[in-house]
Amino acid sequence: MSAAIQECVIISGKGGTGKTSVTASFAVLAAGRAVLADCDVDAADLHLVLTPKMITKADFKSGNEAVIRSEACTGCGTCVELCRFEAIRCVRRPDGKTRCEVDPIACEGCGVCVRFCPGKAVDFPERLCGEWMFSETRCGPMVHARLSTAAENSGKLVATVRQEARRVAEERGLPLIITDGPPGIGCPVIASVSGADRVLVVTEPTVSGEHDLERVLKLARHFVIPAFVCINKWDINPEMTERIEQTARKMGATVAGRIRYDRAVTSAQRAEQAVVEIDAPSAEDVRAVWRQMGFE
Amino acid sequence: MGTGRNRMIIAVASGKGGTGKTTVAANLARVRGDVTLLDCDVEEPNVHLFISGEPQGEPEVVSLLVPEVDESRCDGCAACSNFCAFKALAVLDKRVLVFAEMCHGCGGCARVCPQGAIREVPKRVGVVETMGAGGVTVVQGRLDVGVAMAPPLVRAVKAHIPKTGDAILDAPPGTSCPVVATLRETDFVVLVTEPTPFGLNDLKLAVEVVRELGLPFGVVVNRADSSDDRVTTYCREASIPILAEIPDDRRVAEAYSRGELMVDALPEYRPLFEQLYTDIVRLLQNPLIAGVARASCPCFMGGTPMPRGALQGPHC
Ligand code: SF4
Ligand code: SF4
Repeated sequence: MSAAIQECVIISGKGGTGKTSVTASFAVLAAGRAVLADCDVDAADLHLVLTPKMITKADFKSGNEAVIRSEACTGCGTCVELCRFEAIRCVRRPDGKTRCEVDPIACEGCGVCVRFCPGKAVDFPERLCGEWMFSETRCGPMVHARLSTAAENSGKLVATVRQEARRVAEERGLPLIITDGPPGIGCPVIASVSGADRVLVVTEPTVSGEHDLERVLKLARHFVIPAFVCINKWDINPEMTERIEQTARKMGATVAGRIRYDRAVTSAQRAEQAVVEIDAPSAEDVRAVWRQMGFE
Repeated sequence: MGTGRNRMIIAVASGKGGTGKTTVAANLARVRGDVTLLDCDVEEPNVHLFISGEPQGEPEVVSLLVPEVDESRCDGCAACSNFCAFKALAVLDKRVLVFAEMCHGCGGCARVCPQGAIREVPKRVGVVETMGAGGVTVVQGRLDVGVAMAPPLVRAVKAHIPKTGDAILDAPPGTSCPVVATLRETDFVVLVTEPTPFGLNDLKLAVEVVRELGLPFGVVVNRADSSDDRVTTYCREASIPILAEIPDDRRVAEAYSRGELMVDALPEYRPLFEQLYTDIVRLLQNPLIAGVARASCPCFMGGTPMPRGALQGPHC
């Protein structure tokens, strides 16, 4: 069963190219057949269109953080010297005693201070890094998440979301998983595309779009995933669109279509609707991309 | 720092990429002229696409200290791999394997090894390049492909902030570690957003970060039109100053697509950025705000920093 599940991840290289809007439209076009996964855990937006009703929620814990028990701290300063992340500061209290404290934002959780504090004054509790949710939407079940501010390891949270989405797809016998991927080319993106069946790169005809596309396509090639490219707002710069499409083909990707510049995209967002749900000129373009990817 | 500051460090950030963060940073630098523009988006540095210049000197190679095991001394006790919080070390058949790309460079393994078999050696993570573009000095970090460790490179870029003279930092998008590494110890943060539901959602996340860091900040609304006032309403209710609104102008998008700076392609936008700079300076000279940014603030020592925004009063 699980081998038959197809997972399509929508990514963008740089953010803000319309990736989530396209994902939302795909979710609508696949309604009833797909599980939706929002892996853009750093700045999740898909829920703003799909308005999920939450069914369950779980904490996402990852790594540890140092906490100095002030009553046990002698203020010797060993930890300050050892911490390579400048996460510990010592302050002189009004009573004349020096005490050290950890800045939880700067602490990377390496544990050096915990191990080498002569007074064993440093605790090392698990760190709460976010939460993930299972919800129902008008298009089907959805798994999404939220990374805490300044937390690390979004890759691990992305992996959790994907794993859950796959579990739900298996449980309900749904053949598709549609995933809104994270922006960039870093660790969270790798975590979101490895082992997927298809990636769609949504890009714009801009110098930065062109610049980032190559890096993203290299990544797809590295993981041997069939890659599709679509150019959003293509008519802003038709020559650049041509160029990007050529680059995409040269790198072995399939050009899945062009989406026109359309202000209705924002009105759709305001109405909590996907573009294909309203009478938007670009809706036809998005449907064409969907067909090109072989989902019909 | 107080009012006698002789330099100002402004960071431009946003909850998500593609909102126009680089546009704001680069145009601000251009109208200001004599300034250092630092691209801290080391995963995808884009500033050079808009302001290019002559390279100044050789790129500086940035590295991180990672362990190297002397096999003649190692007896396979696994003290190091048990210690490593990031699973960068594993012991198999009494031999230590080092996964350098996972290593944060904390130095703990070298310290715990009872045999003294671990030595720390530099491993390259990326480069920092400096370019001169008219009055603007552009410094950018570029992470090597396949390297996930952005914060050390961000710190290396920030080491180029001049002792005197202003600096503008283009932060990475989002709210995770590299963003925090960029924003720390800056004087003022400009958050760029769009007047859309996505934009508002991402702005709120970014506001959480700057509040947690206790930095004064304001908002620039990009692609502004009159049809959605949710961002403006939110800012008003949360007492966040809106510093500028860049209209939704298709010519701006077109200039951007060609890699042209807005103030060069459409000079009528110059006053907007000049005003933005002046407003930031004015805000920073406000004594209620001026003292907030610095690490000397005792509130930051309590473990849970107090939330505070640009327009809140003296809090300590
Ligand atoms: S756990 Fe590591 S990073 Fe955190 S405070 Fe201790 S030494 Fe610093
Ligand atoms: S230096 Fe720290 S992070 Fe790197 S391998 Fe050693 S213990 Fe692990």
